[in-house]
Amino acid sequence: MSRIGEAFERLRREGQRGFIPYITAGDPDLDTTRALVVELARAGATLVELGVPFSDPVADGPTIQRASERALRHGFSLEDVLQTLAAARAQTDVPVILFSYFNPLLQFGVERLAREARRAGAHGILATDLVPEESGDFNSTLARHGLDQIFLAAPTTSDARLRMIAERASGFVYAVSRAGITGARANLSAEAERLVARLRRVSDLPVAVGFGISTREQVADVWRYADAAVVGSALVAEIEKHAGRPDLVASIGHLARALIPAQG
Amino acid sequence: MGEAAFTNPDAGGHFGPYGGRYVPETLMAPLEELTEAFDVARDDAGFQAEFEALLRDYSGRPTPLFHAARLTEHAGGARLYLKREDLSHTGSHKINNALGQVLLARRMGKRRVIAETGAGQHGVATATVCALFGLQCVVYMGTEDVRRQSLNVFRMRLLGAEVREVDSGSRTLKDAINEALRDWVTNVADTYYLLGSALGPHPYPRMVRDFQSVIGREARAQILAAEGRLPDALMACVGGGSNSIGLFHPFLKDEGIRMIGVEAGGTGAELGQHAARFNQKGGGRPGVLQGTLSYVLQDERGQIASTHSISAGLDYPSIGPEHAFLHDAGRVEYVSASDDEALEAFQTISQLEGIIPALESAHAVAHSLKLAREMSREQTIVVNLSGRGDKDVHTVADRLGGELQQAAEELP
Repeated sequence: MSRIGEAFERLRREGQRGFIPYITAGDPDLDTTRALVVELARAGATLVELGVPFSDPVADGPTIQRASERALRHGFSLEDVLQTLAAARAQTDVPVILFSYFNPLLQFGVERLAREARRAGAHGILATDLVPEESGDFNSTLARHGLDQIFLAAPTTSDARLRMIAERASGFVYAVSRAGITGARANLSAEAERLVARLRRVSDLPVAVGFGISTREQVADVWRYADAAVVGSALVAEIEKHAGRPDLVASIGHLARALIPAQG
Repeated sequence: MGEAAFTNPDAGGHFGPYGGRYVPETLMAPLEELTEAFDVARDDAGFQAEFEALLRDYSGRPTPLFHAARLTEHAGGARLYLKREDLSHTGSHKINNALGQVLLARRMGKRRVIAETGAGQHGVATATVCALFGLQCVVYMGTEDVRRQSLNVFRMRLLGAEVREVDSGSRTLKDAINEALRDWVTNVADTYYLLGSALGPHPYPRMVRDFQSVIGREARAQILAAEGRLPDALMACVGGGSNSIGLFHPFLKDEGIRMIGVEAGGTGAELGQHAARFNQKGGGRPGVLQGTLSYVLQDERGQIASTHSISAGLDYPSIGPEHAFLHDAGRVEYVSASDDEALEAFQTISQLEGIIPALESAHAVAHSLKLAREMSREQTIVVNLSGRGDKDVHTVADRLGGELQQAAEELP
């Protein structure tokens, strides 16, 4: 079983739910990213999603778009992101997945990516614009290197496609809470709960729900029916607010702790 | 449509290794729904009849094929024929695709239509067909293009469309497409995305090509009537690639015909100075952008490069996947014309033929003048004049300033 699988298995055994924070690598800088991965693990993250910025993030709302723009201004490469992750590994063994779009991964080289991501201590990869139909080589290459490929499932996804996704996916399935882009929303729709129920019928994989979750109450709500909740834009907005301030890392740790409901 | 095609994509929308669907999962369901609706419509005589009637009675097709005698004389070689898409309703070939897709949107019961636009021609075409059928219309346009094409922005608003300015990235066509995709992913249930070029995820590249192939089918019959034989070469500008694939496609099986796509050479060969995707020294290589695998202008990290062209409609870092396939297969040649060459051709054709072309189309005219000189007087070239240039008069006036008079005096 993969490290991600083990992390969810431990939650299940203990009757607990997971919290998955997202941050964009290089926002505000890679050194802070390293410190943030460590701090988020300390705050109780089940795993960390590390965004690899792309110039044209069509699945992202304004908050993460701005974070990507800020990060890209530094001109660093994917190799630098992996080195940052490797550096964080001296202080934490929290599972990490890379979250990006296909083109920067493709240009890096899929075989090279799988080898070097594994070596740097990543456990899985999610490419938001890579659906099962186009991910044959990518999927088998990651598997050969012991990396999980995380797929999105959406409220618009048919049952037939959910089965196809379940067959290809490993680690967990990322259920998109609603049709739309990333970003905080005041209300979560009932669509997410229905989607998770449909996923449960076709897969034993853990299910995390993301997109639009920004409060402790919303995390608690998702925990009623899913294995984990992903929070991205709310954290990224806080990073934006604290950029250049010495209390940035501590503030993000504080917010992450505030977002995680108490568990018995 | 319905004819056997040289290159039809596979069921997943692949032209060789190119094309496909690289989109967030949420869009897979609407893309499958659209593909199914298009497949049914393609074989439906009623749909085809309705489409053809609109092309004829609303848009004014067939557009003429005009023998440009003075331009031919000026070049001093092959006879030049202009396929007059500029005479279409709304002033460019974009109306062909907009009419085809709006009929699909109606069939699918969608009441809200979104579109992206670069030069504004596709936005105007979409606003027009939405007015015709009483549909809500939202057009995304980069702020840089809004500035360059203010006349078209006003036209769209006049037609009842809402123009949303996109102030991210390079503030051009690419960013308008990103924003349209974000709108679509958010409003999939009631919204139809009327994509304007032979780009994006399957089925758009094939569908847009099929709707635009009326250009090549007409040109084929018209040149046969005029010359008694097929042309020696076809020429069209290539942004996303819809006017060019529309002209080329019905001729692809005719092995003797050279086909040349003219990309935007901009101001130089460095990455960022042009929009020539097949210029591999200039940063073009296969990659994934906005739903499709094709040639993409990008840096070594896979970040999409900024592009430059004097014409907003060619100012885009990727190209339709069928062009990528035809490029690798060696069936179509791709060259580029610079901003300056396009500007010169813009004035030449204006003054020799009384036709003010779109700056996009002026790129095709520029290269056809070069090629004609290398060919004999018995040979012919069909040049797709994809749009008219009213929208570009401000840009050209800014660039030429006081030089206009001087330029005129230099012509024969």
